[in-house]
Amino acid sequence: MSKALLYDATMCIGCKQCEGACAQQNKLPYDDKVAAESVQSEHKYTVVLTRDDKFMRRLCMHCEHPACASVCPVGAFHKTAEGPVVYDVWKCIGCRYCMVACAFNQPKYEWQSLNPRVRKCIMCPDRVLAGKPTACAEICPTGATKFGERDDLIKEAQDRIRQSPSTYLPRIYGLNEVGGTSVLILSSVNVEDYGYPASARVGTTPMPEYTGRVMERIPDFIPVWTLVLGGIYWVSHRREEVAEAEAAEKNGSARSEGTNSGATKSGGTK
Amino acid sequence: MKIKLTFWKIVFLVIMALGLYSTVIRYFYGLGAVSNMTDQFPWGLWIGFDCLCGVMLAAGGFCIVGAVYLFNVERLHSVVRPAVLTAFLGYLLFIVGLLFDLGRPWYIWHQMIYMNPHSVMFEVGMCVMAYTTVLFFEFLPNVLERLHLHAPIKWIRRVYPVLIVLGILLSTLHQSSLGSLYLIMPSKLHPFWYTPALPFLFFGSAIAVGLAMTIFESTQSAKAFGRHLELPVLVELGGALLVALWVNALLRFEDYFHRGMLGQIVKPSYEAYFLWLELALAFVIPITMLSFKKVRLSPQGLYLASIFTVLGFITNRLNIALTGFETYVGHHYVPKWTEFSVTLMIIAMGFALFGVAVKYLPIYPEEKHAVEPRLRSELGPVAVTPVLGHAGD
Repeated sequence: MSKALLYDATMCIGCKQCEGACAQQNKLPYDDKVAAESVQSEHKYTVVLTRDDKFMRRLCMHCEHPACASVCPVGAFHKTAEGPVVYDVWKCIGCRYCMVACAFNQPKYEWQSLNPRVRKCIMCPDRVLAGKPTACAEICPTGATKFGERDDLIKEAQDRIRQSPSTYLPRIYGLNEVGGTSVLILSSVNVEDYGYPASARVGTTPMPEYTGRVMERIPDFIPVWTLVLGGIYWVSHRREEVAEAEAAEKNGSARSEGTNSGATKSGGTK
Repeated sequence: MKIKLTFWKIVFLVIMALGLYSTVIRYFYGLGAVSNMTDQFPWGLWIGFDCLCGVMLAAGGFCIVGAVYLFNVERLHSVVRPAVLTAFLGYLLFIVGLLFDLGRPWYIWHQMIYMNPHSVMFEVGMCVMAYTTVLFFEFLPNVLERLHLHAPIKWIRRVYPVLIVLGILLSTLHQSSLGSLYLIMPSKLHPFWYTPALPFLFFGSAIAVGLAMTIFESTQSAKAFGRHLELPVLVELGGALLVALWVNALLRFEDYFHRGMLGQIVKPSYEAYFLWLELALAFVIPITMLSFKKVRLSPQGLYLASIFTVLGFITNRLNIALTGFETYVGHHYVPKWTEFSVTLMIIAMGFALFGVAVKYLPIYPEEKHAVEPRLRSELGPVAVTPVLGHAGD
């Protein structure tokens, strides 16, 4: 039941209306100067890149298993049932672990702010919840960005590749990358040339699994390690008590000789 | 009271002045103004040094407490108090560093109400918080003793086994978890440093550095406070350090071997130079030095070897936090001078607070050593807790 965006780079004409609509939706400044910026930033969640007259859009991939949500110590990110990965600024403490953990480098930061927020595309969650397409999909004049059910969009993307195999590279970027994303990309060019990480590099394992493998051991580790440490403590101090008792006994019998070597323990030479 | 300005006091004042300037920039103009961190490099020197290295440098606390209380290595008694003090200060300063680095430090308490148990950072945060509390109670008897408050010392003494076990448990967890933080970045961190073994390597290096730092600070304190240097203690620590270094070296070798990296790490490259520096400082030099009995028995030799070890593992963690990302990001990150000055200020605060503590608290109660054996026999079983063993007598 999860929603997704299908971006078909071959249909994109580079009009950048998605950028403008995104800015308007998120109440960000947008003018010719911002339009000319070719990098995503805290005031530009999506960007249309141009290279050799071919266009490519970048935006948050809305991973099925988002790294940002799994690493955030206060759970400021979460994946909604509808698909968007959203951010709760109130919870955020500003550790920026989401930024280093994201394989697509999507979270950006308000470095100049005194109370900075993490900024990224949040896939218009209010619109999606109301059954409307995202602002970028709605405004797109060619249908290059299409909003819909993820399963339907996958089928459609596969159909497009099948119908014109000469147009497309035979893959849907985002289908399996990091365990699948809610943004799917079709193109005639390598998305890697536009800054997307290579499929082989990010792999198909959901990112949270890398840390999850360790984290899931912790509930078992705590009692076991406590017992081990407590056991060592008990054994070494029990031995000491015994040694002390024995020494006291010996001391008792030796007291008549006036020695006082009593309770110093075996290793305790000072 | 007349204050004499020595060279080091002037250095300290300059560092503090610059640090305060940077602090003002940090809180009145933001992270962007004070640092060279960017969207491509969201974690810089403060995470790399203040946090990753800071926690490692404070590991002496749990190493020495573990050795003395868990394994009954009684010869190390005299370094328990300074080690606990270093750890306590280290964690407090780690938290200070965090207040600089967090974008919204005023919400740091959210950690305790909006918990995300899947997050390594959450686990590290909770452990650090809990362990700092444990260290506070391990450190408290110093103050109570000074104030002649004997009753509370007895209460702490009663729960001491719990504090010891809890402290080591928490240290095991967060020292290794600092390495786990990076497990989620397989596509970003350079393969020289990205390995599933990161948590083990971080725990191992914490122990080596904990031992090295104890040697370092014992020697340093002896110089600074005109104390008598206890060579047998240093020799004991030096032997343990050699073993710890070998174990760490073996772990690193095994890791590279199993991942088939041995061919790559010997090939010259930008990362390889930093890796060689790290391996030379952390392993080759100190292991070679400590292999000579003459060095292991000489205060200067042990002091030098411990400095190399500490520098080596600092290089290691900075490589993980900074160098290891440069190729991925495509450009270099060089901290701004204001970032350095904050870090320096925090280090300077550490040295100063250590000095103050030694001056006013019974951290090095040497005079009592002479009477200790008898004192211990009088105290009976209590004597097995030396921090408190001296307490109030």
